[in-house]
Amino acid sequence: MLTYTIRRLLVAIPTLLFIALAIFMLLELAPGDPMAQVPLTVPPEVKEAMRQALGLGEPVHIRFWKWLVQFFYIEPLRLIDYVLGTGIVEGQQRIISWQTRSSVMDIVAQRMPQTLWVVGMSYVVGVLIALPIGIISAYRQYSVFDQVGTFVCMVGYSVPPFFTGVVVIVIFSVQLGWLPSIYDTTLVVDSWSSFVQQLAQMIMPVMVLALQTTAQISRFMRASMLDNLHQDYVRTARAKGMNEPVVVMVHVLRNSMIPVVTVIALGVPAVFGGAIITEQIFKVNGIGQLLITSIQANDLPMVQTLTFIFAILIVVFNLIADVLYGVLDPRIRYD
Amino acid sequence: MILRYTLLGIAAAVALAPTAFAAERGRDGKVNIIYWQAPSIMNPYLSGGTKELEAASLVIEPLARYNQDGALVPWLVDTVPTVENGGVSADLTQITWKLKGGLKWSDGTPVTSEDVKFSWEYCTAEGGGCAQSEKYIDVTSVDTPDAQTVVVNFGVAKPFPYGPFVGAQAPIIQKAQFANCMGPKAPECTDANFNPIGTGPFTVTEFKPNDVITLTANDNYREAGKPAFKTVNFKGGGDALAAGRAVLETGEYDYAWNLQLAPEVLTEMEAAGKGKNVATFGTSVERILVNQTDVSSALGDERGTAAHPHPILTDINVRKALSLAIDRKLLVEIGYGDFGRLTCNVLPAPAAFNSSGNDACLVQDIAGANALLDGAGWARGGDGVRAKNGVRLSVLYQTSTNAVRQDFQALIKQWWQEIGVETELRNINASVFFGSDPGSPDTFQKFFADIEMFTNNFDGTDPETYMAGWACDQAPRPETQWQGNNIPRFCSPEYDKLVVEMSTTGDINERARLAKAMNDILMQEYVIIPLVHRGRNAAHANSLGGVVLNVWDSELWNIADWYRIK
Repeated sequence: MLTYTIRRLLVAIPTLLFIALAIFMLLELAPGDPMAQVPLTVPPEVKEAMRQALGLGEPVHIRFWKWLVQFFYIEPLRLIDYVLGTGIVEGQQRIISWQTRSSVMDIVAQRMPQTLWVVGMSYVVGVLIALPIGIISAYRQYSVFDQVGTFVCMVGYSVPPFFTGVVVIVIFSVQLGWLPSIYDTTLVVDSWSSFVQQLAQMIMPVMVLALQTTAQISRFMRASMLDNLHQDYVRTARAKGMNEPVVVMVHVLRNSMIPVVTVIALGVPAVFGGAIITEQIFKVNGIGQLLITSIQANDLPMVQTLTFIFAILIVVFNLIADVLYGVLDPRIRYD
Repeated sequence: MILRYTLLGIAAAVALAPTAFAAERGRDGKVNIIYWQAPSIMNPYLSGGTKELEAASLVIEPLARYNQDGALVPWLVDTVPTVENGGVSADLTQITWKLKGGLKWSDGTPVTSEDVKFSWEYCTAEGGGCAQSEKYIDVTSVDTPDAQTVVVNFGVAKPFPYGPFVGAQAPIIQKAQFANCMGPKAPECTDANFNPIGTGPFTVTEFKPNDVITLTANDNYREAGKPAFKTVNFKGGGDALAAGRAVLETGEYDYAWNLQLAPEVLTEMEAAGKGKNVATFGTSVERILVNQTDVSSALGDERGTAAHPHPILTDINVRKALSLAIDRKLLVEIGYGDFGRLTCNVLPAPAAFNSSGNDACLVQDIAGANALLDGAGWARGGDGVRAKNGVRLSVLYQTSTNAVRQDFQALIKQWWQEIGVETELRNINASVFFGSDPGSPDTFQKFFADIEMFTNNFDGTDPETYMAGWACDQAPRPETQWQGNNIPRFCSPEYDKLVVEMSTTGDINERARLAKAMNDILMQEYVIIPLVHRGRNAAHANSLGGVVLNVWDSELWNIADWYRIK
């Protein structure tokens, strides 16, 4: 298992380098101009000078190389400097955002908490709701509960968050006035009242996002349970006189979890990626909002760095899913 | 009894005139502002964007700025220098500003003429990519005879010397803070760029780029008792609809900026009774440009240059007919409601510069347009499209992707069809269309189409540079990397003569006459077809007092005077 993991990690390096190049070239070849948002009243020669100041005058391969050095050398050392208080890369050029003229990594670190809170929480909530729904739906297939569950899942699948998000805002913020429609990222939770406030501002985005997760995971859970419920070993277990809770919760559930765990693990990178639309709607201003505004502003260093971080996460969680697979299912051995 | 009435009187006076009282600074707590485009930086010299400019205007200020009527008002000085008061030299090459006495930065140190001089040096430093360097054009030196006097010398006579240090685009920054941030080092000063020390009513406590800015009242602000608000929560992000909702429907926010929404949506939101819409008009005009050059791709490198005149649009009858066929009233009603006005000029404001010579355009005249084209020899073919000498009246009409613009395109296509003009519509993503990548064929400046539509305006109140943009040599072409403001590639010696004349004329009435004459040439040649005079709108809570919407300067220019209506 260890050699397998190491081999996979080594293969990941060229993969990631290729991804970095692909992202860079795609951004390079895409039309767009970081100066497009500057008002038309600013004369073109000034815009040209601004473009030069952003480093756009340099050839493509130099810019790619600089970015690689900054991402793989300067930024990790910078993190070490920060943690240990040393000054190894003091004063060296970090990855600079074109919009804010400040370090991309600082902004990513600043945005991470609200994304993890809102999107991460919605993932946890979604999974916690989905598993029981999936189990019961499969065990009582075609019952009223199953029908209702299927219906809710279809709604979750087919109604996009830009619709549900606005609907809940109109109901709970505009009509009833119970919940805030704008997420306050400056709120510090240090007392009971601020905790309640945090809860109030999180509940809508979390539930909107959890609906999507629930729909997806519960369908997987149900399908996987149904596969296993009709297996011979289940009949054997029942024949041996085991009671239903033991049959379902121990034998069937454990075997059914294998594909579901993979699906859950593969969904985790998306949590770090934030939720572009939902974050915009509720003004959570996390990673997803950062990505979309950077794309709109043609802030290439920011877009490049964010998409590459997502790429790393996807590669890593794919590996984690594969390893988990082996751990959960003794029949699978990689070595 | 007398005491009771006196007390009641005092109470009434307090209630009726909350600002008249020399009240305490920060008495009204927090004000919440939402900009649906979030500011990225607090230094307007490093970003030309309006959102950054306005956020920064809470903290850093210019020597003088424009009020809601477009008039110059002294800000960090006591008087605006003019030729009459001796502040501007008779040959128009020198302007002398005198700072207010006792001015302090928010860190308590005095503001001196050195800081003003430094602001010029900072913006003009080599390699800094200053977004506002246009404001400092022709400045040869800045002298500081004493701590309060600033003398700006120009290399040429400047009939309008109010570029440097005037308006939200050219604020004064602190030398001590930015001294090590000159030129290429500018982006390294993240702390200074996010948290500039200023003279304005507020100072930054926390800046989260593209998210939220927290500000508190500046203890060293020059006016006692101002600002009334102790803190500002300046939130960014989302979209215009959500920002409007937060102010007008849920009342979570006090002020929302630039609500580009359909007029009926805003009116409906206002009905919730939490806030109101306000609008004001500057110089923005949504216009159609008519290309004077042939852009057929067969021409290769000479595509869109003066070497190849446009096969149909060089006929003034066609251009005039295109304008006559448009119902501007309907366009205003559908697209902008109360936030748009009718105009027949590309230069609609300030009032003194607004020509009345082209008002005939206000009435749609399809029959007249048809008669004009018949007379000019464009005969209708079997498919209803006119043609002459085998050339069909068929045009490609491009604009940026935007719901209102696509509505306009559809309507105008319909009207042009009625006069026998075939129109092909195209819309391009705004970041590509307004980008200036010389390699992209889709930019508004390259204009590889016959007709295009967008909005433009100019900063401040003086139209000299704006009008000079339509001189012959301003045409975008390969030699200029497709840069230049004369996007229709219009060329008239008569127009160029007026441009030269204006650059040497100081008298304001004479300047107005020249600007109007230039506007009339453009309008009567129909190379620019104005559609709508666009206002700027915002929404504020009913409980927020003191808002004076200003289109000539930062919208938040008078935030020191804002207060909570109790």
